[in-house]
Amino acid sequence: MERNKIDVEAFVYSKRHILTTGAVLLLLAVPYSGFSQYIIRIMIMVGLYIILALGLNVLTGYTGLVSLGHAGFFAIGAYTAAILMLKLNMNFLLAAVISMTAAGIAGLLIGLPTLRLTGTYLSIVTLGFGEIVRMAAMNFESVTNGTLGLRNIPRPVFFGYQLTLANGGLYYLMLALLAAVTLACLAIKNSKLGRALRAIKTNELAASMMGIYTPGCKLAAFVISAVITGLAGAYYSSLVSYIDPNSFTFDISILILSIVILGGMGTVRGMYLGALILIVFPEIARPLMEWRFVVYGVVLIVMMRFKPQGVLGWRSSIPYRIPDEKNA
Amino acid sequence: MLFQQALNGLALGMAYSLIALGYSLVFGILRLVNFSHGAVYAFGAHIVIFLVGFNFGLAPAILFGVVLTGLLGILIDKLALSPLRKKRSPAISSLITTIGISYIIQNLLMMGFGSEKKPFPELFGNKLLSVAGAQVGTMQLVMLAVSILLLLSLTILVRFTKLGLAMRAVEQSEAVSGLMGINTNFIIGVTFFLSGAFAAIASVLISGCYQIVYPTMGFMVGLKAFTAAVLGGIGSFHGAIAGGLAIGITEALAATWFGSAYRDSVAFIILILVLLVRPAGLFGKKGIEKV
Amino acid sequence: MVAYLEAKNITIRFGGLTAIDNLSFKVERGQAVSIIGPNGAGKTTIFNALTGIYRLNEGSIHFDGKRIDGLAPWKIVSAGIARTFQNIRLFSDMRVIENVLVGTHIQMDYGFFDELFRTKRFKRLEDEKTRFAARLLREVGLEKRIHDYADNLPYGEQRKLEMVRAAATGAQLLLLDEPAAGMNPKESEELRQFILQLKDRGFTILLIEHDMNMVMNLSDYIYVVDSGRLIAEGRPHEIQGSSKVAAVYLGEGGAEEWAC
Repeated sequence: MERNKIDVEAFVYSKRHILTTGAVLLLLAVPYSGFSQYIIRIMIMVGLYIILALGLNVLTGYTGLVSLGHAGFFAIGAYTAAILMLKLNMNFLLAAVISMTAAGIAGLLIGLPTLRLTGTYLSIVTLGFGEIVRMAAMNFESVTNGTLGLRNIPRPVFFGYQLTLANGGLYYLMLALLAAVTLACLAIKNSKLGRALRAIKTNELAASMMGIYTPGCKLAAFVISAVITGLAGAYYSSLVSYIDPNSFTFDISILILSIVILGGMGTVRGMYLGALILIVFPEIARPLMEWRFVVYGVVLIVMMRFKPQGVLGWRSSIPYRIPDEKNA
Repeated sequence: MLFQQALNGLALGMAYSLIALGYSLVFGILRLVNFSHGAVYAFGAHIVIFLVGFNFGLAPAILFGVVLTGLLGILIDKLALSPLRKKRSPAISSLITTIGISYIIQNLLMMGFGSEKKPFPELFGNKLLSVAGAQVGTMQLVMLAVSILLLLSLTILVRFTKLGLAMRAVEQSEAVSGLMGINTNFIIGVTFFLSGAFAAIASVLISGCYQIVYPTMGFMVGLKAFTAAVLGGIGSFHGAIAGGLAIGITEALAATWFGSAYRDSVAFIILILVLLVRPAGLFGKKGIEKV
Repeated sequence: MVAYLEAKNITIRFGGLTAIDNLSFKVERGQAVSIIGPNGAGKTTIFNALTGIYRLNEGSIHFDGKRIDGLAPWKIVSAGIARTFQNIRLFSDMRVIENVLVGTHIQMDYGFFDELFRTKRFKRLEDEKTRFAARLLREVGLEKRIHDYADNLPYGEQRKLEMVRAAATGAQLLLLDEPAAGMNPKESEELRQFILQLKDRGFTILLIEHDMNMVMNLSDYIYVVDSGRLIAEGRPHEIQGSSKVAAVYLGEGGAEEWAC
């Protein structure tokens, strides 16, 4: 069984350029392939949750810090973008950038006090953070309209052209954001910071003995994770045009965590699979809709018990790329 | 006025102590923060309502409910946590597992009982008595009495019985206790049973006081009790009691001075402060990791 | 002449317990110095103090002319001191080469912008350091293991990897904490040769060890510590002949070891 897996991985790896190009072409053709708007909307939602999962993955998968409050960063991104676009008529791109910055600052503020904390304590603080953001959204009515929420959030407008579901604009924007975030996560993973984060996850003391400034790296992970999640929030508010505090509950944080765990903590491919499974399945199995929260909980337990590395989280057997020695 | 508020907080604080003890007991033997404890607490109240609905009679319903909740505690350990220990999984796995359990229990309660608030039967008729110039409800006296009784029983159990000795041994070292002939699995089971049972009793007391029950009630109370445990020093018996009282009284005072909207935030603020300033808590032991 | 590494009258207390009591020692550049003593004597505590994990209650530590006590661990590594651990602390979920690459972290001089946008600088440094890491591993005989995951290595190779990783930081002073623990005589001899090679390459070595054969046949100088205090120091033959030192080891089977 192991041999088969290694062969599959090697095969996919060797054909990866063709496969990726093929997949990208297929994805680009979707709006013209006759899929209904309902299906396209689901695909967009899957894409959104992949981005959310990639964001959480940087903190939890790469660095090993379990966050139970990522809905908080999601909310900050969404509300900031919504308010800027509604009250200041700002264009989407600028609003998104500011939202990402706001989320990043929040990431810094939460990261700083938790630097000395471990495991469960850190998770509980993030849980509290998520709840505080939600309560703030409910109570600062002058800014966020409280429980009534913000409505009529405008769609993104690029060069005078409004992006909607019907014209495929929102879909392509999602693809673009997804590509950008995926590339960024891969770039981080295979670099100095990525290795440092993995080292911190495995053995923080040894990592500091390598000269790694662990507090700085952990903060960087918090900020990067928050920024990605904030970007998803900005897109989300434009996508659904109406947000209220109930869109950003603890349930959402758990859903994102389940995706990360199911797919494979620390991998990028796992986020794609995890989001695909957990977002699509309630749509397919309508009768299970009510049970879906129980399912998320079961996913967490079963994965930890039987396959903690996730479905796609196996150890790679592809040799590490060593550049050839220059002719000495 | 201050005395009045302090008394209110006292009774509530004792109930928090019972729940905080649940956290400390489990942390003491397993070095694990049982995230699902809040959900177990909610389960306790709901199962009692369920049994009462079967015309069980209040006292038997409470008794059965407490026992069943204790059994739930054991089930959680045997089914989900013990296999992870056998596999020597990293701590992150147990944390995520207990999160999953909490989530499942809460949502099953929601599906089974609906998410609206439900009334909890009045326990002792809330007559007001005058004690030293302040007014105390009978329910609060009962809370105090029951909590103190339970705490005393637990102290006697832990200090003076063979079982208690075994529990303290396992807390020191599971491996060595096993070698000494102690059935560590049994002890761990007992600990989870007590943890669940105490949560259920606290649940009945608090629900009897406020008279409402809803599936997510464990979330806030669980967080407050966790804060109490951390404040007192998680793993410490006295700490859980001291922490519970502190949280209860501070909460009551804050509610009077700042309004009841901020009642819930008090515990959270205390938690952040404790974790920032002195994570070991008041009575906590500082574990020195061998480098 | 100022010594390369010097600890002056250091004292470390944990609550009521004095772990290190007014200890002084020094290491000259290029030397291999050993710290020996019974278990619990405080040897690892010394290492922890040198690397910034513990703070000194009294005294000072100087390295390469600068004072380093009180500095954060990562600053001390940047200054040129790296260590291995008594119970191996490899990054078990990472490959052998990745472990060494983590060691090169402070040598990889590019920023976040470079890694995000894959600049020329990033590519150049990554390639350079990866080749460097592979070369190091080849030189110590771990070539076949380059792509393996660290926790799949046999014990002896894990210890070697830990040392390679420490060397990759560019540190000039290596603190080795019981590297021969759990090794059979053949493995210990290989390790002894390996450490001599490190010394030949210019590393300065400070070693904690119980294996007397290694200590006597490797060290330029030896410090003997018991209960946090320095009880003897000198060249190997001086320590070998010391009855005071033998007394400290009696009851640990040390008497037999002594008669080498």
